[in-house]
Amino acid sequence: MERIGTASQAEKISQLLDQLGEELAFTIAGEDTGLLAINRCVMDMEDASLPDDPPQLTAGLGAARQWIDLTLDGSAKFSDETIASINSWHPWMMQVIDAWQHGDAMPAVPSEWGDAVTARQAAARTPAEAKTGPAAPSGEEKSITLNLQDDGELLREFHGESVELLQSIEEGLIVLEGNPRDADTINSIFRAFHTFKGGAGFLHLGAMQDLAHDLESLLAAARREELSITSGIVDLILAGADALKQFTNEIGAQLNGTGVGSPIVVPTSALMLRLQAALRGELPPAASAPSAAPEPPPANEPAKDNPPSEENKPSSTLASRPAQSPAKKNAGVPVAQSGPAAESSTGYVKLDTLKLDHLVDLVGELVIAQSMVVQNPEVQKLTSRTLDRCLRQLSRTTAELQRNAMSLRMVPVRGAFQKMSRLVRDLAAQQQKQIQLLLEGEDTELDRNIVEKLSDPLVHMVRNSVDHGLEGPAERMAAGKLSLGTIVLSASHQRGGICIRIRDDGRGLDASRILAKARERGLIGPDEEPDTSRIYEMIFMPGFSTAEKVTDLSGRGVGMDVVRRNIENLRGKIEIDSVPGEGTTFTIILPLTLAIIDGLLVGVGDDRYIIPTLSVRESFRAKPGMVSTIQEHGEVVSVRGRQTPVLRLGPYLGRPSRAVKPEDGIMVVVESGDSCRALLVDELIGKQEVVIKSLGQSFQNQHLLAGAAVLGDGSVGLIFDVDSLVRFSDRGHATPAKLARQAT
Amino acid sequence: MNHSPTVVTEAKPERYLTFNLGSESYGLPVLHVREIIRLCQITPVPNMPPHVRGVINLRGTVIPVLDLRAKFSMAPAEYGDRACIIVMQLGSSSGRPTLIGVIVDAVEEVVQLAASQIEPCPDFGGSASTRYIRGVATIQGGVKTLLETEKIFQEEGTITLTAADIMPPDARQRRGGQPTLENH
Repeated sequence: MERIGTASQAEKISQLLDQLGEELAFTIAGEDTGLLAINRCVMDMEDASLPDDPPQLTAGLGAARQWIDLTLDGSAKFSDETIASINSWHPWMMQVIDAWQHGDAMPAVPSEWGDAVTARQAAARTPAEAKTGPAAPSGEEKSITLNLQDDGELLREFHGESVELLQSIEEGLIVLEGNPRDADTINSIFRAFHTFKGGAGFLHLGAMQDLAHDLESLLAAARREELSITSGIVDLILAGADALKQFTNEIGAQLNGTGVGSPIVVPTSALMLRLQAALRGELPPAASAPSAAPEPPPANEPAKDNPPSEENKPSSTLASRPAQSPAKKNAGVPVAQSGPAAESSTGYVKLDTLKLDHLVDLVGELVIAQSMVVQNPEVQKLTSRTLDRCLRQLSRTTAELQRNAMSLRMVPVRGAFQKMSRLVRDLAAQQQKQIQLLLEGEDTELDRNIVEKLSDPLVHMVRNSVDHGLEGPAERMAAGKLSLGTIVLSASHQRGGICIRIRDDGRGLDASRILAKARERGLIGPDEEPDTSRIYEMIFMPGFSTAEKVTDLSGRGVGMDVVRRNIENLRGKIEIDSVPGEGTTFTIILPLTLAIIDGLLVGVGDDRYIIPTLSVRESFRAKPGMVSTIQEHGEVVSVRGRQTPVLRLGPYLGRPSRAVKPEDGIMVVVESGDSCRALLVDELIGKQEVVIKSLGQSFQNQHLLAGAAVLGDGSVGLIFDVDSLVRFSDRGHATPAKLARQAT
Repeated sequence: MNHSPTVVTEAKPERYLTFNLGSESYGLPVLHVREIIRLCQITPVPNMPPHVRGVINLRGTVIPVLDLRAKFSMAPAEYGDRACIIVMQLGSSSGRPTLIGVIVDAVEEVVQLAASQIEPCPDFGGSASTRYIRGVATIQGGVKTLLETEKIFQEEGTITLTAADIMPPDARQRRGGQPTLENH
């Protein structure tokens, strides 16, 4: 076991050394070429190394770290001296690794490095490490001015990387809060800040670099177990990450052309003072950390007020994962990083989404071409067994290729969910509620466009649950519930789509209050008695809010109507279920992807149209007498007791159709919001999944169509936008006679 | 073989693809022609002006197809064996080129015409619309009408609905643009 561990570890370090050697060849004194790459190699080596590694290895890495940190913290340019040092260090390290692999005697550590190494170790032991870093904060806020002209490309890269780093830092911190001793997570956050610092230093973003440096030091202390992570510390780090995020957003804005050249100022000095205080073991003055107390040095006694379990939750904490794995000790083989923070930084390729779409398009074409070959009558006449087998093979491979191409667009919903952890945490602290957020099914995959657009509705609904759904601790206790409220955010596959649920165990919706409000606004007549589900639906009406008080986070005029519209724009649906006193559940059903829809192929005359299945409620053949005409309001058909307006598609679109009498065709009942139409079509051809194509800007005023799709035979089928169809057919919708006039 | 590279502006000959509509002959700048495909199944799009025949599938991309006969108010006629679709590629305000197909009765050839060979369009006294015409050229005794691509197609860049009465004006703002594949 141990041997294998050592062997693969040495192997890895040796590979990294090779890489480093290549980078080293390009370094020039007075320039920064290769600096970040070398820093990265050393960081990876540090990660691969273990405490019980040979002292030479540790010393060597320490020396390299020292030189690089000095360079990064200083001018961020290589000096002759540094290059010479690393150049002599590199072969020496190779020897060490070689000796280690073969069990030979290792070369001694050159004495001139000794100073660096011991200085480094001393620095590591002094909590006031920040002093060795760049300028201690002096009270005034430093500003950053970007050099967009020269560094534009680098800044763009840095910005992209920073956004990811900050995201993973935030995710990591949430995990850390639930499990303060998770060494892997501490490591990954440390690495993230370190990378951040490197990048910022490289681009001379002093203020960011200083802040990242202090944050890194704090985590380094935690890594050495000299500082235990309390919720106060987590708050502090989050505040730091937020400040970095502000910087990053500003940079992003300038890259996109807003406020170019203006200096960026984010107040950080107070924060840095708190960070350095925390580093010295003095607790940051954090209001929301009642249990926090100065941490004694680890040598004296174990920290009693911080047992290593997850149960010491101050009011504002939460467990983001129901089952915490115990903190893994980084022993034996350099294990693959675990924890969400680490996962998101594994090997990905960044790709232009246009290329991806093009690939998906081409694969779609390939599938159609393949089916055209297979269904070609000439080919079908052939009775060759081998040809048969080849064609089957072709079909299988193309189907597999299509599935794969489609999956390229898919990403787990994790990212969108993790953001909610942060939100719940902040909201709970602010409103003095005790709330835990449980996440389920974060690995469920969804089209990345949907995941991006899901974020806003999710934020809104989670806020709603916290603000209006969950009661305060006292009220909960009085109702005989646990004072800790729970929100469960889950994702799962369902009905060929994806189902996202937000469930809280709060007070539930108050049907009588909603009804009263609806009556007051004249949405429901005074003598109407709608059933509860219809009452619940009312909260999706624009401007409908029963909240007694408006918090600064919800009730800002953005209502559930916006949520519903967003979801519908994603071709999804939202449903509510609520039990008074037990809680509310919002269920969102979304398609897996925006690129493909499940459609009902219908025929009208010689034309074929696709109606998105999600909007289709039912279809049937009308019996004579089911359709009646109402003067000026056209035809209606009775569907389950409701009189539904009939829309004869052929005449409405000005196209020929065969069905003259309603009984001749098929009624397809579609719904949009709460209105329905029965579309009269000639025939149902089938149900099929189609890839949506844009109609292009030539048809941008064609509202009735949501797009087009290439059908199995290579021809184009038009996809209806059911919402527009229903809405627009309200006006000008008329008797067939009137439509006939229009058509001519 | 003594090409003088100095005079680039006026004399630079341009190449035109000539084609037939009925008994007449027309020309389009080759610069804008992307390809020529044979007539295929065209899916009609409802509520469009008569000269918009519909859309076709060009290797996975859905593109509109125009009927130039209808556009030029010529008498409708059946398309014969030689009918084909010329796919034009036009720059657009949004940066991405727009593809538009036009149906013609037959494609003739590609000719090279110097500016001197092109005469301005004669005045028909307002009886025929000349705003799509760049000029006329006489080649081997035949008259070719050279078309102004931008004029014809750029306004097709935003083919609008004729049956505007079924579309309330607020709908235009609501949707803003065509449904895209969401590829950002």
